[in-house]
Amino acid sequence: MMSSRDRRRLIHELTARIEEIARELDEVTIMHVCGSHERTIVEHGLRSLLPENVNLVCGPGCPVCVTTPGEIAAAVKAAEEGFTVCAFGDVYRVPSPEGSLSSAEGEVIVVQSARKAEEIAEERDNDVLYLAVGFETTAPTTAAVLKDDPPSNFYVLSAHRLIPPAMEWLISKGSGVDAFICPGHVSTIIGTKPYERVAEEVPCVVAGFEPEDVLLATLACLKMIAEGKTGVVNEYKRAVREEGNPVALKVMNEVFEPEDRPWRGFPTIPDSALALKDEFSDHDATEIGVEPDYSLGSDPRCICDRILRGEATPRDCPLFGDECTPLDPVGPCMVSEEGPCFIEYRYGGGTT
Amino acid sequence: MCLAFPGKIVELDGNRAVVDFGGVRQEVDVSLLEDVKVGDWVLVHTGFAIQKMTEEEAKASLEVWEEVLKHMEEELDELEGP
Ligand code: SF4
Repeated sequence: MMSSRDRRRLIHELTARIEEIARELDEVTIMHVCGSHERTIVEHGLRSLLPENVNLVCGPGCPVCVTTPGEIAAAVKAAEEGFTVCAFGDVYRVPSPEGSLSSAEGEVIVVQSARKAEEIAEERDNDVLYLAVGFETTAPTTAAVLKDDPPSNFYVLSAHRLIPPAMEWLISKGSGVDAFICPGHVSTIIGTKPYERVAEEVPCVVAGFEPEDVLLATLACLKMIAEGKTGVVNEYKRAVREEGNPVALKVMNEVFEPEDRPWRGFPTIPDSALALKDEFSDHDATEIGVEPDYSLGSDPRCICDRILRGEATPRDCPLFGDECTPLDPVGPCMVSEEGPCFIEYRYGGGTT
Repeated sequence: MCLAFPGKIVELDGNRAVVDFGGVRQEVDVSLLEDVKVGDWVLVHTGFAIQKMTEEEAKASLEVWEEVLKHMEEELDELEGP
């Protein structure tokens, strides 16, 4: 391991180089699309180390946060109708027009993996619904379980979503993003190629989750902007190969197919979600009436939608830390450990 | 949820492995990787190993950072304008 002295020296060197390049540039917006990056940034106070003209903003990188109220409501209703609902802890308290899973009258079990949900189905006689949330990092795990011949009472409500289509949407709408820091663990699965379309417009840098990773990626983005270059750079070679994880991709593509779907804070994004293929329809919850109503809205005071588009920060929300806290959340961004409001509340220096 | 942690495989039985995360052991599914063996370092996400790493990569030593910097500069130099 590195000594803390070496570490400080490296961080100092990186911030000095960032400052030097930023001096040649106007206002720059770099967006990351990963809750774990937001956590690294807030926990280590990285924004305060960056020059004023460099804005490091958070995009739609929290899978729980971008899940629509309709999908959560469908799972809550299923619990109340007799399904045993299995979901990640991050989803448990997310409010919806039907209430949250934590307040549902029915059986809800917090699981840490898709495999566990399937094991619960093995033990039960009633129908078990697994609310499958997550990006490309998590979707292969759901797919692996579905391919393993799960019991007939095991149903999946797939809220899985794909990151590159959301990045493409943001760029096509002229969101003012000058460069992207791409999510490390999503890229572990998909590799670097799927970012190439976005990278025709703006630089993309795949990054890991240490503060050094994020600073290195920021430096690479700035260098590319300053030199008028674009393309995909892989800063996270430790875990990301160019081709991704071919086994995981194969399993994911055997089970799922892309589908147009709305995200919280976004209208329908083409090919941005994963639906079960016909061969797996016996385990598809939407085939037995667990059908999300995508028109359902959320508390109009919550600005999660704007935060997820990089247009606002948690502290712009009048409810932050006051009416909205992790124990009594108003929106999903305050629930998930990857949610920008939760991260700001927990690691961002209190509520003032 | 996008969290993933590196650990070392200490036991293996088919697709089920036991992975050691600095003293904490957990059962992990390795079906999303090919050719894993006891002693390999893997990155684990929601109970599944999703990538192999070397021990040095997993520990992110100073040498690793120097390598990262070098590789990144090379990649940047190779890129062209839009
Ligand atoms: S603080 Fe609460 S209400 Fe405000 S944006 Fe965040 S989650 Fe929504």
